Amino acid sequence: MQRKTSAISAMVATAAVAGLALTAPAQAADLVDYKVVDDWTIPESLTGQPGDPVNGKVVAIDRKLGNCLSCHKMPIPEEQFHGETGPSLWGVGNRYEPEHLRLRIVDSKVINPETMMPAFYRVEGLHMVKDGFEDQPILTAQQVEDVVAYLMTLTEEEPQTN
Amino acid sequence: MNTTFKAMAAAIALGLPALALTTGPAFADEMAEGKWGEYQVGDKRSGYTYAGPETRAMQDDEFQNPAMLWLDTGMSEWENAAGDAGKACADCHGDAEESMAGVATKYPVYSEETGKMMNLEQRINFCRTENMQAEPYKWESDELLGMTAYVKNQSKGMPVDVSIDGPAKEFWEKGKEFYETRRGQLDLACTHCHVDNAGNLIRAETLSQGQGNGFPLYRLKWQKVGSLHRRFRGCNNNIRAEKLPYGSDEYTNLELYVTWRGNGLPIETPAVRK
Ligand code: HEC
Ligand code: HEC
Ligand code: HEC
Repeated sequence: MQRKTSAISAMVATAAVAGLALTAPAQAADLVDYKVVDDWTIPESLTGQPGDPVNGKVVAIDRKLGNCLSCHKMPIPEEQFHGETGPSLWGVGNRYEPEHLRLRIVDSKVINPETMMPAFYRVEGLHMVKDGFEDQPILTAQQVEDVVAYLMTLTEEEPQTN
Repeated sequence: MNTTFKAMAAAIALGLPALALTTGPAFADEMAEGKWGEYQVGDKRSGYTYAGPETRAMQDDEFQNPAMLWLDTGMSEWENAAGDAGKACADCHGDAEESMAGVATKYPVYSEETGKMMNLEQRINFCRTENMQAEPYKWESDELLGMTAYVKNQSKGMPVDVSIDGPAKEFWEKGKEFYETRRGQLDLACTHCHVDNAGNLIRAETLSQGQGNGFPLYRLKWQKVGSLHRRFRGCNNNIRAEKLPYGSDEYTNLELYVTWRGNGLPIETPAVRK
């Protein structure tokens, strides 16, 4: 599936490849182009930049950004209250490659249309979005890459509790 | 309070004979049902059964339940003459304990006068404007919350029994569609949280079935009593979806659907929640 490239997104993508950081919250037109393969992976980095796992962890925890802990248990003992509506993400770096995780985060619904997990990098097809959040993805392209890099560090399996 | 006593009595009644049968799924089922007494009817469970023990204790104890202050407001408003007709609710309806017993179990109802659904708040305000020639109470004012809680409290312990027959049916369908439609930046429907995940933690919150039988209720987070529509607005806002106005047709139809889902659960007003 090839997303439509607008002139602006191509420019932004080029800017990102050139190493310019996108600091402002992403606007609709900012969505970089990406290619989904077999409804299962996005092989190429969205930004051409390596993800920063340290920032990825911050993004995953932040309730206004990834807020992954609302639904997932993660190896982050310093944070209280991990959700349980999604599977545990302990050891997820052993189970997947970055290209799988990238699609999960960009748009889980490509893999499972019924899923509860939000698409973190998609703006079309949404309904009744609150003022100020329309046409904005939840995460920027670089934040997606950072979260992917962080998830790849999660290789420890969950200790058995009993 | 009477309800608590009944719930405890039911738990004890079912619990004691069950002790003799120590194995088998039938035993587990019986305990699961018996445990929540009247707060569970078949698969339907009140938010009470998902609340923590301190919150439940606060609801159960009339002297600790902070919502009682709002009931007092409702009770005194009941006697207060207002508007150009110079009447109080009591002038036409007499003793609320008699005239209002069971009334709230039927709401929202289809109204011939307006051609749409009317919830209890709207019915009360209809009496204010049509029968008293008074200003309607403002949404989320202590007066409207108090009066709604006071009227609904006259049905405490009675099973919710809204009808979706006849003209109500099309409004029920709209409410159901709202309930099942994904919305907001997080793209979630009510069903994802309150049907698929009841009993699961979402961060620090245990998801309930999102039943309406305890409203208006005191919420610790609000530090006051709030309406079901306030809760809808909160659940919409949390997923970055547009909040609709209090008393909007969409929310009243949604209220019909939500209330109908809980038919059979006892009215708990005023409940207490986190
Ligand atoms: C609203 C709940 C919710 C949120 C928020 C959420 N997820 Fe998920 N996630 C799920 C569910 C449910 C699944 C199960 C798979 C499915 O439904 O398709 C899942 C699956 C996954 C998987 C696949 C796990 C596996 O073992 O197969 C990964 C990886 C993942 N999520 C990462 C994340 C990350 C990273 C975040 C934060 C940026 C996040 N999720 C936020 C609900 C959520
Ligand atoms: C992201 C998950 C989520 C979604 C989606 C959601 N809610 Fe909730 N809702 C909650 C949480 C958390 C609570 C507080 C704990 C509980 O009672 O479930 C709650 C509470 C409620 C309550 C109060 C229940 C009680 O006993 O006090 C009602 C009613 C309710 N929700 C209705 C709805 C409706 C209607 C929708 C759809 C418009 C909806 N919710 C969507 C998470 C959600
Ligand atoms: C001038 C007389 C009058 C006054 C004053 C009045 N009402 Fe009414 N009320 C009525 C009539 C007439 C009905 C419709 C009769 C019926 O449906 O049983 C009604 C119906 C109701 C109903 C619905 C009953 C049902 O069975 O569905 C409620 C609730 C109600 N009133 C509450 C109030 C409240 C609260 C007040 C004070 C704020 C009030 N009324 C003031 C005349 C009055």
